[in-house]
Amino acid sequence: MSGIGMENKPKLVDENGRRIDGRKLDELRPIRIEAGVLKRADGSAYVEWGENKVLAAVYGPREAKPKHIQNPARAIVQCRYNMAPFSVSERKRPGPDRRSVEISKITGEVFENVLFLEMFPRASVDIFIEVLQANAGTRCAGITAASVALADAGIPMADLVPACAAGKIDGQIALDLKKEEDNYGEADLPVAIIPRTKEIVLLQMDGNMSQSEFETALNMAIDACMKIYELQKEALKNKYKGEQEVEREEVQTPKQEQR
Amino acid sequence: MEERKQMQNVATRKIVVPGELLMKGHMKPGVGTYARDGQIFAATVGILNVHGNYVNVIPLSGKYMPRVGDVIIGKIIDVAPTNWLVDINAPYPAPLHISGTPWRIEMGETQKYLNVGDMVLCEVEAVDETKRVMVTMGKPGCKKLLGGEIIEITPTKVPRVIGKGGSMINLLKNYTKCRIFVGQNGRIWIEGSVEQIAIAILAIRKIEEESHLLGLTDSIKNFLEEKTKNLTQ
Amino acid sequence: MGEDIVSEIMREYLQQLAAKGTRVDGRKLDEYRQIEIKKNVISSAEGSAQVSIGNTSVLVGVKVELGEPFPDTPNVGVLTTNAELIPLASPTFEAGPPNEEGIELARVVDRGLREGRVIDLEKLCVAPGEKVWIIFVDIHVLDYDGNLFDAAYLASLAALTCTRVPASAQGMGEDFPLPLNGLPIECTVVKIKNAMMVDPALDEEKIADVRLTMAIDENGNIRAVQKGLAGSFSVEEVRKVISMCQVCSSKLREILKSS
Repeated sequence: MSGIGMENKPKLVDENGRRIDGRKLDELRPIRIEAGVLKRADGSAYVEWGENKVLAAVYGPREAKPKHIQNPARAIVQCRYNMAPFSVSERKRPGPDRRSVEISKITGEVFENVLFLEMFPRASVDIFIEVLQANAGTRCAGITAASVALADAGIPMADLVPACAAGKIDGQIALDLKKEEDNYGEADLPVAIIPRTKEIVLLQMDGNMSQSEFETALNMAIDACMKIYELQKEALKNKYKGEQEVEREEVQTPKQEQR
Repeated sequence: MEERKQMQNVATRKIVVPGELLMKGHMKPGVGTYARDGQIFAATVGILNVHGNYVNVIPLSGKYMPRVGDVIIGKIIDVAPTNWLVDINAPYPAPLHISGTPWRIEMGETQKYLNVGDMVLCEVEAVDETKRVMVTMGKPGCKKLLGGEIIEITPTKVPRVIGKGGSMINLLKNYTKCRIFVGQNGRIWIEGSVEQIAIAILAIRKIEEESHLLGLTDSIKNFLEEKTKNLTQ
Repeated sequence: MGEDIVSEIMREYLQQLAAKGTRVDGRKLDEYRQIEIKKNVISSAEGSAQVSIGNTSVLVGVKVELGEPFPDTPNVGVLTTNAELIPLASPTFEAGPPNEEGIELARVVDRGLREGRVIDLEKLCVAPGEKVWIIFVDIHVLDYDGNLFDAAYLASLAALTCTRVPASAQGMGEDFPLPLNGLPIECTVVKIKNAMMVDPALDEEKIADVRLTMAIDENGNIRAVQKGLAGSFSVEEVRKVISMCQVCSSKLREILKSS
């Protein structure tokens, strides 16, 4: 896909259907999600996804600045996806490049689908995704993290958004490609969905797939999104689990709160 | 026996996350929820709360959203000839007009009364449909704050610092001998001697950090007892 | 909103506290917040460390690549230090190329490392005038709650102590640890009215009149200095800062060594 010389291409799927890291074709890399990891941000989340390490922070809703970007009817979503210079094997020059600008744009658009933006006219919801260590699939890890960070920030939203890619390696459809598979594989298809409705809110592809391969990959990615959704919920419940048990005398009902 | 008593005293609350199905049927969607296809879903992370006919989610995080009548602590961030701009720890700053103050102010004399960096106790007077907020100091108790210290806590933890029927705040006041005012927007004004304020702040930070632990009132009471003992000697 | 505007009440209170030799979090004036150092946290970097001082958190990744030496120092490796105050870390940080604060931070860290001769750059020459190892120290601020200088410096130093030069990937023998000379430590002191304190937290930093950062080596010698903010020091006060930094730097060095 990325024009790397194919002469060194390793075998990506062995005769038993196992991949270079031992995974089955429809198996995810190990994923760990933690909510609320930063002090200053209004909401935050950290995701380790295979060898990816991604941090997301959310600020807002806050007054959108400069004023001319404000929308009088609803909040705007501003997203910045950024890769740390040391996140890849060859040092990346700091600052945005065309790839990260594009990913920032489509990631912001993903969350316009679920946030109740009309509740916050003239405001901005700012999402910052920092890739600290990259190994293919960082945009999906970023969306997964940002979604947890938005919920952690207490911003009203219809649902969490999990994301995952599927692709094609050695002619077979496989889930969640890692770096070597992405480099030497035939196609990659990142997907994000709204779990409650199964609406697709992110869809990209590069490579070459037949229609039936495409559909198989899409369904495989959607199934994986539902698994990641469970991890997202777990991370949030885990952060707030302490609030579950409270002495009766200390419980505040909303009515008393408004006193 | 003692243990059993404690057990009975514990309430278990359900934590929900956005998108989670809360209720089917004919209940009404309240705060922190939304309805689709005759079902009610959570819109924020929070605690499920059914109140009368309404299903609510009491948020566990999030910005302060002003409501009319809230008494809050604001920070003056800009001065204009007939009004000030007040940061109220919400997504939007709020104007304070000279007519909403206890003073008779000539146009252009606003700086004589309140300047950038001053803190005021004020009330939310109006919130319109586009979330424009107006605050006023024309209500009883409203004033420019002088002395003491102001700290910020997560606005959703305000009820914990107050405690049921004011139990926690009274504990703080009694032990530290400070005057304490908790603004609905998460800002707390504490007035007393430097040492007394220092103890009150540490205690409030402890409440904030340990708000989920059982026996919070007792642990704060012990903390205050220990700290204030040195104070009086 | 209004983040940069200091409340006068807070200014007066912190000044009163400082005059009495205490601080809002209960610390003494010569006391640091809790320091945590985690090394080797990023596998895509040749060396890395995450350092937190209280709620301030900084991640540093070191990349080591082959490149050309500077014409005036053909036998010497190259050290490049860069800092990004990414908007994830604070509501007051903005996206975009490094601003004055970011550049000052990078330069102050760089000065401590360079003038302290931390890296033995002479040993990083491969072919005089043609090829040397280039050390990129990239400072990524994750959570900003005051005293970035000390956190960024400590993280940079910690990352360098676990950096390995990737010689094998270049067919140049085995990887080897970065040759280091010593461990000078940077400490920062601020003056609030007449009181001087180390490791200012964010609110203290906001109301500080003047700031002084010093790199102190194992012998107690001064290797780099940076005075910042609009205020001034008397000679007597500078002397006091030196002795405060001498005491604190050896404590911080012990923490680094045992990490």
